[in-house]
Amino acid sequence: MEVRQHAGVLEISEIDPFLAELLRQVPESTKAEGVEAAERRLFSLPAETKETELCAEWKVYVEPELRRLFQTATETVVADLEPLNGNSKPFANCTLRIPLAHAEAWLNALNQARLVIASKYGFTESELCDHYRSPIGSRRDLSLFQVNFYGFLQEFILQETHGGSSDSTSKGEQ
Amino acid sequence: MDAPFLAATESPVIEQETRSREKLDLPWQVVVHNDPVNLMTYVTMVFQKVFGFSREKAEKHMLEVHRDGRSIVWSGLRERAELYVQQLHGYLLLATLERTY
Repeated sequence: MEVRQHAGVLEISEIDPFLAELLRQVPESTKAEGVEAAERRLFSLPAETKETELCAEWKVYVEPELRRLFQTATETVVADLEPLNGNSKPFANCTLRIPLAHAEAWLNALNQARLVIASKYGFTESELCDHYRSPIGSRRDLSLFQVNFYGFLQEFILQETHGGSSDSTSKGEQ
Repeated sequence: MDAPFLAATESPVIEQETRSREKLDLPWQVVVHNDPVNLMTYVTMVFQKVFGFSREKAEKHMLEVHRDGRSIVWSGLRERAELYVQQLHGYLLLATLERTY
């Protein structure tokens, strides 16, 4: 996999079919509905529970705005992923192009997905630091790999958008 | 003729508003809590964006969160503190408002 920034676009090329499938799963993975731990994490309390009035007002006025923000970010990602769905050669490597203006939306959606998956499986800090565990084994291992792959993409996007480089190329280990 | 007089005695409502105003003016702090999922580089970037911190200051607070489990990133009036917490939640950081009194 190769990442390159050029003319206002972040280009991730040579994405193999397995990683492309994980990318297609980003929008679906942001859905916290039905998973209480994930809902609690995405919409965490703004203060200790004893601040009942503040917490209640937050739920009514702020939470809907946050939901809209997260939804908008996910919709941007869905649109950017569209070219990946029309691949005529299913086993060919593919390229994803993210306009730099969408970088924030990608960081947000990837973070939503990572938090939801981590909440679903209750990953520990040491598991999350285990970048060498094989994704083959169980659904849990695959999900851990997914969380780490999305984190890897976040690092790339951050490096390209906030790392100070204008035109650059970097190679990933995934 | 009684009605205007009675209306004037209903002013204690204003007293309640004054107390609320005082509460809003007391200092609150914005605390960011540790979260094993959020990347350290991401947290640093968020601090820079939301608070306008320099990279060094943002990294100092990020490391404090990582090492101590929490960091007080801002303190001041409640209204502004609420806005900061809302922004931090928008970036999916674990952040809360705390009274300093």
